[in-house]
Amino acid sequence: MKNSVIVVGAGGAGLIAALSAHESGAKVTVITKEYPTRSQTCMAQGGINAALGNAGEDSVDAHIQNTLKSSHGLAKEGTVEFLCQSAPEALEWLDGIGVPFSRTKEGKIAQRKLGGASAARACYAQDYTGLKILHTLYDRCVAEGIEFLSERHLLDLLTHGDTNKTSVSGVLVLNKRSGEVEVHEAQSVVLATGGYSRVFHNHSTNSVASSGDGVAAAFRAGAVLSDLEFIQFHPTAMQNSSILISESARGAGGYLLNSKGERFTNELAPRDEVARAIHEEMLRGESVFLDIRHLGKEFIEHELPQEAKLAKLYEGVDPIHELIPIKPAAHYTMGGILVDADTQTNIAGLFASGECANQRVHGANRLGGNSLLEVVVFGKKAGESAAHHAKEAIPFANSSNQKEFWEAKIKEIKNYTNEINFYQTHQELGDIFYKNVGILREANSMQEAVAKVKEMQSRLSKMGVRDKAKEYNTNLTEFLEFANMLELSELILLCALERKESRGAHFRVDAPQSEMRFEANSLIGRDGVVRYEN
Amino acid sequence: MGWYVMKISIKRKDEFVSYEAEGRTLLEALNWLKANVDATLAYSSGCRSSVCGSCAVRVNGKEVLACAHQLQEGDVVEPLQNVTILRDLVVSMDKAYAMNAKAKAHQSSFVQNVMLGVEDEQRNALQSDCILCGSCYSACPVYAVNEEFLGPFALTRVLRYVSDKREKNPKEKIDTIQTNGVWDCTLCNACTLVCPQGISSKADIEKLRARSVMSGYTDPSFANFGGGFGFGFDGSPTF
Repeated sequence: MKNSVIVVGAGGAGLIAALSAHESGAKVTVITKEYPTRSQTCMAQGGINAALGNAGEDSVDAHIQNTLKSSHGLAKEGTVEFLCQSAPEALEWLDGIGVPFSRTKEGKIAQRKLGGASAARACYAQDYTGLKILHTLYDRCVAEGIEFLSERHLLDLLTHGDTNKTSVSGVLVLNKRSGEVEVHEAQSVVLATGGYSRVFHNHSTNSVASSGDGVAAAFRAGAVLSDLEFIQFHPTAMQNSSILISESARGAGGYLLNSKGERFTNELAPRDEVARAIHEEMLRGESVFLDIRHLGKEFIEHELPQEAKLAKLYEGVDPIHELIPIKPAAHYTMGGILVDADTQTNIAGLFASGECANQRVHGANRLGGNSLLEVVVFGKKAGESAAHHAKEAIPFANSSNQKEFWEAKIKEIKNYTNEINFYQTHQELGDIFYKNVGILREANSMQEAVAKVKEMQSRLSKMGVRDKAKEYNTNLTEFLEFANMLELSELILLCALERKESRGAHFRVDAPQSEMRFEANSLIGRDGVVRYEN
Repeated sequence: MGWYVMKISIKRKDEFVSYEAEGRTLLEALNWLKANVDATLAYSSGCRSSVCGSCAVRVNGKEVLACAHQLQEGDVVEPLQNVTILRDLVVSMDKAYAMNAKAKAHQSSFVQNVMLGVEDEQRNALQSDCILCGSCYSACPVYAVNEEFLGPFALTRVLRYVSDKREKNPKEKIDTIQTNGVWDCTLCNACTLVCPQGISSKADIEKLRARSVMSGYTDPSFANFGGGFGFGFDGSPTF
């Protein structure tokens, strides 16, 4: 059909892209492997940044400067300026569609301070900011009659052309319910498929769905990926479950304590610094705790209800009276599919937004509150760009054999020998990544990880699935997710090995300084060679 | 917060299958079973932290989030009710979610410059905590007699929007929920007891009834009532 846009992913970036493409006149279909509202966005707790100055003085310029500083030279100045300048308008829009933000006594949107910010800049809805934004966006989509296709797992992008100019013409998905491979055609495709922190398995705060399917599919289609080595570790995941305790707990005055009850770092430094400080304490044999007892019962119940609930439920501690045992865990992937300021990838008709994209606004370290902002500002841009492209593009009659290829491949996977349990292999991958490609890195241990990843890749055909069913085979979709993560693992390692310096979230103990020659974004394409570009 | 080995039974197709499972929470036990015992077991999960709404199931006859349920010896696990079972514990939420559109559970239009204070925030803070897990939908007995009932979560969502100053056409929302809506609820409170977010759709439905009465609607079950207590000509309750 002419003038059609497919959005893959129904988190914040996907729903906003869908709304804006719809408003721009395109015929929009949202495809998700879950249901809308179940995406990672619902887990965002802390807030969304905009220099509104509702809780003390602030300026767009300060927001820009804080973001650039935290990016350690890897963000694009013009794109960051656009992001921060667009923020007040983005908040006005969210407020206008009914997001139930917390309010100040003066009737303004309430704001709080997060790490690395010079002012109280994060607008919030208690500590359910992501949940309330995501659900309001979904309700807006329902109001606009946007079409959703749920429970479809992205297999690959449909492309045509040659290596000089590739164009997208749709997506290939596995309908989880029927087990059929489906072709969905469109002139524009927006990937809003989220990050890949589940490479770290249980050492991640993320949803089990954050397996980088869109990033891997884009790579296979010839898209350039960028800055994959920059993975943010959130300082305060709970010890047992890796479930997140929001930065807003520290923003409100929470302390980090070691086993002796001593504070050891500035709790409101950017996340990379705080995570390293905690990691170093733990290497010394200390346990680390978050202490919010002094904030008081009333404050915790009113401003941090989710944190209190999660601590009780998953760690068995009541934060009003007890310390919360914490550790850093993989939280956000700054890198992803390389896009320009209009969210366009190097493949014609293919756009990307949100965590799966490298919009070059976070650089080497993302500030808390900037990712929700990114999905609103650039999700909108992605929808507009995709709609514009779809209007101009001539529909392409797809004649590739990709569907048959995937049908055969799924059959083959079901015939793999099952000598090795891929669930255990995934756990091993997570363990080795946390240890060797985590907060502190060095060449030898990363080489070890490369060898391990290559070994795992070569043994994929000895893994496979035990469940041979056609309908609702989650064993199969989980295997496909694992294969995507394994594919990305090698690329992350290549980029991390090549960057022989330390910058933001990428800290090399064998090269602890930043080097001028590396003040550039890493790029990696199908040839597997890492290049740098300013 | 120990790690347990427990005997549990899981409904698969028409029979209950017993397993020895390891984990603190039911979701951890399901993950452990899938990875180590039976890869064909189907269930849904996402955030592991009670906020995405993916993993609602019934344990011992009561709706819970698998990720929030502490595993107990003898737990009997079943899929949600009032929905189509796709496989094992996985159900289709399509029909349930379609109730949001049917109930017009959204703000009518984009607005600007509406001043909201702390009191306004608190008026629907709880209602907007909903994670659409479907627990209330499963627990609701009205579906046994009326499949078209808009249901607890969609009505809570309607209250969220009509109680917000940014809604410029609350009357239209109240009009929409008169059929298969607020008056079809039996006020049995089953939804309240299973909500993982502490929302009471029953209480929300009562508030919507009060607003309906203020808009001139009456309880249809009293419409043919000859005398006794009921509602006056102006729609206000008489006792």
